[in-house]
Amino acid sequence: MTGLVLRRIISRHSYLFALLLLVVAVLVNLRLQDNLLEVNVISRNFRNFLPLIVLVVGQSVVIIGGGIDLSAGAIVTLGNAILATLITSESSSGQILLAILLTCGAGVLAGVVNGLCVAYLRLQPIVTTYATSFIFTGVALLILPRPGGDMAAAVRSLYRSTPGGAPFTLWMVFTLIAIWLVVRSTRYGQFLFATGGKSESAYFTGIPVNFVKFSTYLWSGLFAALAALALTVNTGTGSPRSGDLLTLNSVVAVVLGGTRLSGGQGGVIGSILGVVILGLIANIISFASVDSWAQTLVSALIIIFALIGPGLVRLARKAVAR
Amino acid sequence: MNAPLSRPLTQRITSPLRRLSPPALALILAILLFLLGGVINPNFVSIASATNVIRLAAFLGIIAAGQTLVIISGGEGIDLSAGTVVTLSAILVFRITNGDDAMVPVGLAVALAVGAAIGFINGAGVMLVGIPPLVMTLGMAGVVSGTILIVTQGNLIGKTPEVMPRLISDPLLFGVPGVVFFWFLLGGAMWLLLERSGYGRRLFAIGVNRTAARLSGVRVQRMVIITFALSGMLSALGGFMLLGFSQTVFLNLGDTYLFPSIAAVVVGGTLLSGGKGSYWGTMSGALVLTLIDSLLTAVRARVPEIGEAYKLIILGVTLVILLSFYGRQRNVRG
Repeated sequence: MTGLVLRRIISRHSYLFALLLLVVAVLVNLRLQDNLLEVNVISRNFRNFLPLIVLVVGQSVVIIGGGIDLSAGAIVTLGNAILATLITSESSSGQILLAILLTCGAGVLAGVVNGLCVAYLRLQPIVTTYATSFIFTGVALLILPRPGGDMAAAVRSLYRSTPGGAPFTLWMVFTLIAIWLVVRSTRYGQFLFATGGKSESAYFTGIPVNFVKFSTYLWSGLFAALAALALTVNTGTGSPRSGDLLTLNSVVAVVLGGTRLSGGQGGVIGSILGVVILGLIANIISFASVDSWAQTLVSALIIIFALIGPGLVRLARKAVAR
Repeated sequence: MNAPLSRPLTQRITSPLRRLSPPALALILAILLFLLGGVINPNFVSIASATNVIRLAAFLGIIAAGQTLVIISGGEGIDLSAGTVVTLSAILVFRITNGDDAMVPVGLAVALAVGAAIGFINGAGVMLVGIPPLVMTLGMAGVVSGTILIVTQGNLIGKTPEVMPRLISDPLLFGVPGVVFFWFLLGGAMWLLLERSGYGRRLFAIGVNRTAARLSGVRVQRMVIITFALSGMLSALGGFMLLGFSQTVFLNLGDTYLFPSIAAVVVGGTLLSGGKGSYWGTMSGALVLTLIDSLLTAVRARVPEIGEAYKLIILGVTLVILLSFYGRQRNVRG
């Protein structure tokens, strides 16, 4: 009986292991950096985490739907190039809004390209989105051949503000989680999980499988554009290499958060926790004054051990089921 | 896009092509691309430039050999550590031999053993702990490049033995470099392994359906671990060959080969879902990818205003078009 309850809790809340990891990471980090939980430190951390947090929302949706988007980072680069070119310190708020809308449009368009290729032409997601990532990076290079940019101060101060005592970026995270909780309970949310789980069965129960798959890439493109906005506002510049590292980190964060790459299971909350864990690991390594040559190895090892976790939880779940 | 019109149109275009196997299609495409290169630049069509393209494709093809095996084995099999293993192997040979011809066999043996060990750990992580291959090998890539950084402190000392470029990348026989002969030999060996050995039969069996394979007596865990170990070893072999070509090492030497190695496998008609594929498809895929790259370089040499941006865009569009010919998955409608 308790076994059954435990099993239901674990399968319903795939992010439980990530939560455990997060607690450990926070405790370790707190020992090394005792002001970690002060508002201005949280605010600084989340300013750096937010771009990846926004990106993993889209990546999670694609992965739950049974795909993967390896062009997400390239779409961020594209959005970053557009924003850094269009927004200057002299821009009026109308111009800024227009630039943001254009960026979102470009992200959606990129997502439409991916979605058409994967859902309707039935191309294999890993290689297709890898191929389209060249196209998006190329277009970004056309728009912004060399690093530069001059971000409007008003946008930057909004990003750094703390309305109602909590950092603006944290409000954004809560908004994303709220949106996800609503979407998950809608019909579309159920379609999404069904499509990623067993697309044939989903098709036979009348779910528009191809459309759902298509839409996941569209969301991923849109959220990549929003991630580009967060990134550009945070760094204040544009660079043709800005999104390079984000793609693989987004996949790692999704898996850390307990979402399976085979699709049909998982959620956005876990992925967001995954990003925070990755960020805290980077914090810990820099505060523990690890030798700079050893940093890559230490972080890779910590991440591998963190990744083994969900596997162990799954084994435990099987053991409980028996 | 005009949906009602485009569907029968693509069917009409692809149906005669569908009768050809994807590897044959890729090979025909490679020849067409080569001739197209001649239209852009008449000097492109010559024995010398053909040899050069095949030589460049050979390095990619050797690195993609292990990738082919892992992808055929199914279960979302993919090896993202291939790039760093290539780098590690080149660095090992560079350092161990330190320019001494007599030490080349030792260097090669150590590199292959290390590559196999890394692959073994990948396979064990995937099968025994249940980590998805994509994540396991990605993490392994981080561990390997981290280890390289710690051990070398960014300081890559060593020397390439002069016998290596002589045997590998310089003309060896009839003006053809040794690596090309070796690649064709490897192609034969891979054909024997995949089509004429018990290992190959079991590999395709676990790729199609692991449960069915297990029930018919295949030791799936052992097969997958062996396959990852082979992949690590073949990547290390690729790194050894690449050192003979580049004659120097740097920290991201192998990185540029990682995704092309996967693309070569897919362009060659091997399904990423596993259970179906061939190494000669991968060989044709490596040729096609190398040709596209050489072509774009040739175009840029002729029309300098086509910058890096256009090169990337053209590469991406070409890849998508290639994939739409034979990278397609089964329709959900059956």
